[in-house]
Amino acid sequence: MSETAMPASFPSPLRGGVRGGGGADGTVALDPALPPPPAPPRKGEERGDTGSGYNFAYLDEGTKRMIRRAILKAIAVPGYQVPFASREMPMPYGWGTGGVQVTAAILGRADVLKVIDQGADDTTNAVSIRRFFAKTSGVATTTRTAEATIIQTRHRIPETPLSEGQTLVYQVPIPEPLRFLEPRETETRQLHALAEYGAMQVKLYEDISRHGHIATTYAYPVEVAGRYVMDPSPTPKFDNPKMDDCPALQLFGAGRERRIYAVPPYTRVRSLDFEDHPFRVQEFTYPCALCGAEGVYLDEVLLDDAGRRMFVCSDTDHCEGRRADGHVGTGDAA
Amino acid sequence: MSEPLLQVRGLTKRYGARLACADVSFDLVPGEVLAVVGESGSGKSTLLSLIATELAPDAGTVSYRMRDGDLRDLAGLSEAGRRALMRTEWGFVRQDAAQGLRMAVSAGGNVGERLMGMGERHYGRIRAQALDWLGRVEIAADRIDDPPTRFSGGMRQRLQIARNLVTGPRLVLMDEPTSGLDVSVQARLLDLIRRLSAELGLAVIIVTHDLAVARLLSHRIVVMRAGRVIETGLTDQVLDDPAQAYTQLLVSSVLAA
Repeated sequence: MSETAMPASFPSPLRGGVRGGGGADGTVALDPALPPPPAPPRKGEERGDTGSGYNFAYLDEGTKRMIRRAILKAIAVPGYQVPFASREMPMPYGWGTGGVQVTAAILGRADVLKVIDQGADDTTNAVSIRRFFAKTSGVATTTRTAEATIIQTRHRIPETPLSEGQTLVYQVPIPEPLRFLEPRETETRQLHALAEYGAMQVKLYEDISRHGHIATTYAYPVEVAGRYVMDPSPTPKFDNPKMDDCPALQLFGAGRERRIYAVPPYTRVRSLDFEDHPFRVQEFTYPCALCGAEGVYLDEVLLDDAGRRMFVCSDTDHCEGRRADGHVGTGDAA
Repeated sequence: MSEPLLQVRGLTKRYGARLACADVSFDLVPGEVLAVVGESGSGKSTLLSLIATELAPDAGTVSYRMRDGDLRDLAGLSEAGRRALMRTEWGFVRQDAAQGLRMAVSAGGNVGERLMGMGERHYGRIRAQALDWLGRVEIAADRIDDPPTRFSGGMRQRLQIARNLVTGPRLVLMDEPTSGLDVSVQARLLDLIRRLSAELGLAVIIVTHDLAVARLLSHRIVVMRAGRVIETGLTDQVLDDPAQAYTQLLVSSVLAA
């Protein structure tokens, strides 16, 4: 991340770019004994502007710095929720303000950005966030998982295995896994500090007693690096195993709740369970109707009002890639 | 007499200028049931909160004999150690069941929570223990998956007791466990508490304003007034032959059934 997060060529106003107050328009009287100041940067250049009137990647450099500090702390303490001063973003809470701020803070000019919502690159949320960064930073965007250096996601982890050097940024609505049982923030912090996670197990117990099996299918709690219990955001539990020992850096941003947490590369991520009710991912009866893929997460698509439906890959890039390689599904047979 | 399980020395707590609890000292031996009686506002509940280390005293100490036989000052324990102690060795039955239970969680989950907190990760075993304990507090096995919101007041108190006793504690604090229950339900609950404390050799501190409860359950009694202990002794002795004028008043104000 360090390479892409702050390229040396990028002149930040916080790294010596700022001169005394009131000097922005060059009206400050200069002491002749001082060497002449460097030529003022052309409008836009100093701030990394792309001509949109906004700073590079929208946020100002001070804010990015603050967020990067939180990210570094989060990486240092895997799974721990680091508070940060979340900013008002030009989108409503719940649309990914946390993820957007994390992405803005780590985005560099050489990065290639991919944004997915439920695994799809072409849904409203994904399209608008991708456009937002294309407009405010000018970085290259892609829909191909393998080409991306930063992937912002709302729910899914791409089917294509991630690799070293990639960063996955999650948009998180409720970062606190214990919130279900303990509404007091002071108390949940205490519970995390003392690693008292019995209450988390109660939630799973309730599932089994009610449904006969652990019925939690998303936001399935995990233990990170043998210490903190973490809410992996509303990702389906199908993706939990992909978090374990993942070569990519995983960052989580919760804008409304003002928390950032992280799973560093190659970190142990264990889904909580019972000895006699071990963790299991969802299984699908049919392969993808379009590309025939098995062992992937499928979305149900209704075709008409007569009950016809089909199940297709939730990861659109994965599905398109397979079809381009000549894989064909069975159509809407399901 | 065996060595004390709990030693309270000079416990004092002020709320501003008001004295809630003044220089309270007593010992509790294993298996002993101590009743703290007094009128409303006499400092009974404050005393219980101080003992449970939920409130910090202005002066005085609470010491507890650990499993290794060491008598240790609770104020000297780490937060983690203190909480672990409360979760395993101690129980606290609240007056308001909603404070002592997770109302949104099933009865089985409520009883199992302490076990899971101690690291039990086998659903079948947790379930079996929960069933066993529900049986011991006379809650029907088919109510195991109902949340306490669907339980009557008496059942909620019994569930609280099961939840606290499942880890085999040695000391249980009870704050007016029978108040707000009708008389027949009270009698049943008292019967249960008496039976369980005798069976398990539990030390109990029970706070109550009801002298009948004190007479039925306790071996010894502490009478409080305006934050001070004014009389202490064996239950029968204090209730049948009260020395202090206030205690005499308290005893004589009980309605004869």
